[in-house]
Amino acid sequence: MPRYSAFAVVKNALTGHKGWREQWPDAQPKKEYDVIIVGAGGHGLGAAYYLAREHGITNVAVIDKGWLGGGNTGRNTTIIRSNYLYDESAKLYDHALDLWDGLSQELNYNVMFSRRGVMMLAHNVHDVQSFQRHVHSNRLNGVDNRWLSAEEAKEFCPPLNISREARYPVMGAALQMRAGTARHDAVAWGYARAAAARGVDIIQNCPVIAIRRGPDGAVTGVDTAKGFIGAKKVAVSAAGHTSVVMESAGVRMPLESFPLQALVSEPVKPVFPCVVMSNTVHAYISQSDKGELVIGSGTDQYTSYSQRGGLPLIEHTVAAICEIFPIFNRMRMLRKWGGIVDVTPDRSAIIGKTPVKNLFVNCGWGTGGFKATPGAAHVLAHTVATGEPHALNAPFTLDRFRTGRLIDEAAAAAVAH
Amino acid sequence: MLLIHCPYCDETLPELEFAYAGEAHVIRPEDPSAMSDEEWRDFLFIRTNARGPHFERWRHVHGCARFFNAVRDTVSDRFLLTYKAGEPRPDLASLEAAQ
Repeated sequence: MPRYSAFAVVKNALTGHKGWREQWPDAQPKKEYDVIIVGAGGHGLGAAYYLAREHGITNVAVIDKGWLGGGNTGRNTTIIRSNYLYDESAKLYDHALDLWDGLSQELNYNVMFSRRGVMMLAHNVHDVQSFQRHVHSNRLNGVDNRWLSAEEAKEFCPPLNISREARYPVMGAALQMRAGTARHDAVAWGYARAAAARGVDIIQNCPVIAIRRGPDGAVTGVDTAKGFIGAKKVAVSAAGHTSVVMESAGVRMPLESFPLQALVSEPVKPVFPCVVMSNTVHAYISQSDKGELVIGSGTDQYTSYSQRGGLPLIEHTVAAICEIFPIFNRMRMLRKWGGIVDVTPDRSAIIGKTPVKNLFVNCGWGTGGFKATPGAAHVLAHTVATGEPHALNAPFTLDRFRTGRLIDEAAAAAVAH
Repeated sequence: MLLIHCPYCDETLPELEFAYAGEAHVIRPEDPSAMSDEEWRDFLFIRTNARGPHFERWRHVHGCARFFNAVRDTVSDRFLLTYKAGEPRPDLASLEAAQ
């Protein structure tokens, strides 16, 4: 696979751009693989890459029912941060943040990771207290986070409205400078290209119908639209459809799937320097390098697989954005869409073993899986390769819903849902 | 916006009047102290999360405020049926045949 470089760009520009080749081959399934990963999003493709690079396992297939990166990887608002409250989460997300750092160089693919800072607004006394608690907890864990007054927040993000007359006045903000955004499609493409270069097959448009188990209960492979494909190990990383796939293996999951919506505006010149989240009025916003404002909305109240979501949520979100950033009042929105997110009862992910031998799962990332992509992929690959969880994902078991050892970010974290 | 039929008010009204209340027909344990950890897990955390017809509870919170049950297709978001709380779980095959 030819390397991308400034030299290659110049050379191809001078030769009519005829030298570019496909980034990865569109593979057809072999009869059997050492590992099959169900779901070609960032997490699944990343796991295939780390299996090949760190564990020397290259007889791997990543199978997806649609095109790669077409699920939640291509539907999120690209925010990357690690300011979670609990030790387990902080360590896992900070591990991901460490890996984001060198990712473009490592993959030889520009994922456009930009440390522009994520600022979370506090609008009332409870917000102030809980965010300051977050800041202290994060700093004890070695995770970057600091507290800003309303004036400092305005200085960091000039479009912000800090008027005392606002419906929800800004009383301060928590700022993680290490956090930022990345181009989500490029993450999937970069991992796909790097994995394929090491011999991984990426099989698109091939829905997995069922996971097949042998007489001893262990996994033997998967039934797909392209027939049966044998596998020594199977890892399911199928986001909103994880519980459907897992049920075919006889494993019932503590998951519910909800639509989560986002929308983008028309592209404009650079006007917004960072990412701003407001949990109280429920909106988050950043500006892509292309110039669009990227706005995140909430989950619908009902479970659904429709990838659409309801308009009342969009109305609510846009109203909040206009209140906090009056300069965006006249901005026109271009598109809105939904992705299906799998939510666990404690709002923390599940990465690890299952009751079925040689079946592994990576799911439950809910409304915030993109930021974890390299970290989740890395520890999932470790778990699949060695058969035992990495120290970082050891607490994130499926069994915690039986033992009661939950990681209750639902009640604690700086997440909006 | 979903349009939802409240079986008590006998009116079809916008989604904003209603609150979703999770999966229906999850039966509370009669003897909690006799339950194993596995049974508690199943009762508290495991949900059907059906892709297709899904039995669920709704509450007409800005109307009569009463809970009722519904069958909704989670792929199309179309309601197949709503019925009063306490009524038996309808038979899915006959429901689909009637559509």
